[in-house]
Amino acid sequence: MLAKRIIPCLDVKDGRTVKGVNFVDLRDAGDPVELAWQYSRQGADELVFLDITATHERRKTTAELVKAVARQVNIPFTIGGGINELADADVLLHSGADKISINSAAVRNPGLINQMAEAFGIQFVVVAVDTRHVDGKNYVHLNGGRLKTDIETEDWIKEAESRGAGEILLTSMDHDGTKNGFDCDFLKKINDKLSIPLIASGGAGNMQHFVEVFQESNVDAALAASVFHYGEILIPELKDELRKQGIEVR
Amino acid sequence: MPKADSKDMIGIINYGAGNIFSLTAALNRLGIPYGMINEVDEIASYDRIVIPGVGHAGTAMRKLQESGLAASIGKITKPVLGICVGMQLLTTFSEEGDSPLLNITPLKTLHFEGRITEKVPHMGWNKVFHENESPIFDNIKKDAYFYFVHSYFIEYNATFTAAFTQYGLKFSAAIQDKNFYGVQFHPEKSGEAGERLLLNFSNLY
Repeated sequence: MLAKRIIPCLDVKDGRTVKGVNFVDLRDAGDPVELAWQYSRQGADELVFLDITATHERRKTTAELVKAVARQVNIPFTIGGGINELADADVLLHSGADKISINSAAVRNPGLINQMAEAFGIQFVVVAVDTRHVDGKNYVHLNGGRLKTDIETEDWIKEAESRGAGEILLTSMDHDGTKNGFDCDFLKKINDKLSIPLIASGGAGNMQHFVEVFQESNVDAALAASVFHYGEILIPELKDELRKQGIEVR
Repeated sequence: MPKADSKDMIGIINYGAGNIFSLTAALNRLGIPYGMINEVDEIASYDRIVIPGVGHAGTAMRKLQESGLAASIGKITKPVLGICVGMQLLTTFSEEGDSPLLNITPLKTLHFEGRITEKVPHMGWNKVFHENESPIFDNIKKDAYFYFVHSYFIEYNATFTAAFTQYGLKFSAAIQDKNFYGVQFHPEKSGEAGERLLLNFSNLY
């Protein structure tokens, strides 16, 4: 059986991690490569880097980051942020990225998913979706959750799958940052309809939240940032707890 | 992870089938020397051969034929390791594009879809149970996790399967046929177990 995956997410800007990190044995908490290496040693199954660099040098700095990570880290990783066209993804593939994630660019130009799946294989294409409840329905949001679209989240995810997404990273903006747990009901609803892997994101606050999201929604992976960065949850302890609750982890 | 102690060279079959950055990065970390094989004459310069590969098996086979390397691989007597699609190339045939392959090992590469109810691709960490004492699994736990990403699999076979994995069905996670080895997972992405496997391969004769 496939193990459920635990995925720390790192925000990176100009080659440095953005959010504070509270690891005791880090020489440089701003160095994404050292942090990634530490996470891989702790038993993280995969890593996601979200590059929020906004300068015109972005493509180059992102590629350098990916190369540096690929040289050091022996687990798979995804890079997202600012990938708008095939050429962006091509550079990252050849820099050693295992997957790329696209979000707003795919909503604005859904054909991008088809193009990327055809060029690089579906296993390379993660479609990240930010969702928010509005008047009893779930809508896709852009620009980090600030801009509402009229597209219902479930419809968009089904479309992304049919266009060649290899995996969906679904962030519930209502839960993100609350530390009150994942949106298990909605994640279950989506997961039951998907035949590609689903990564849950938004709301992790304690170990029980990870137990719940796997038991209640059966998603393939759960992603979190601050609870790992601040050492509030240690990955080896989290895995022990999941194992104790009968959830298969590596 | 200990470093490689041998100065023997691994030759990577370079036929344009996807990205090999992660593979060469892993070899660098392990201190295993390597070079690229672009044409048939270069095969003789290396002590062990790796066939990488991602993407479509039929496309990979076509590129291998175009490079002129396809006809020579079956004649290699040194250790050969196919990774992912590189492993599938060793078989007779893939349902992916109904493609005839190198036909070195008498097994077929089949599609998960329609055979299992689990999600396809099979993506993530799964247990690999090695058997038949294949030397590439020396010092690796009997049920170690390795990282997989694939939609096609090589059928289980009591003679050629060196390790199996369960995903809706039992398939070949690794094969061995004389000097030809293949792994369906990505050792370069499989943590310490993967690095150990690459190191084991680099010590084979």
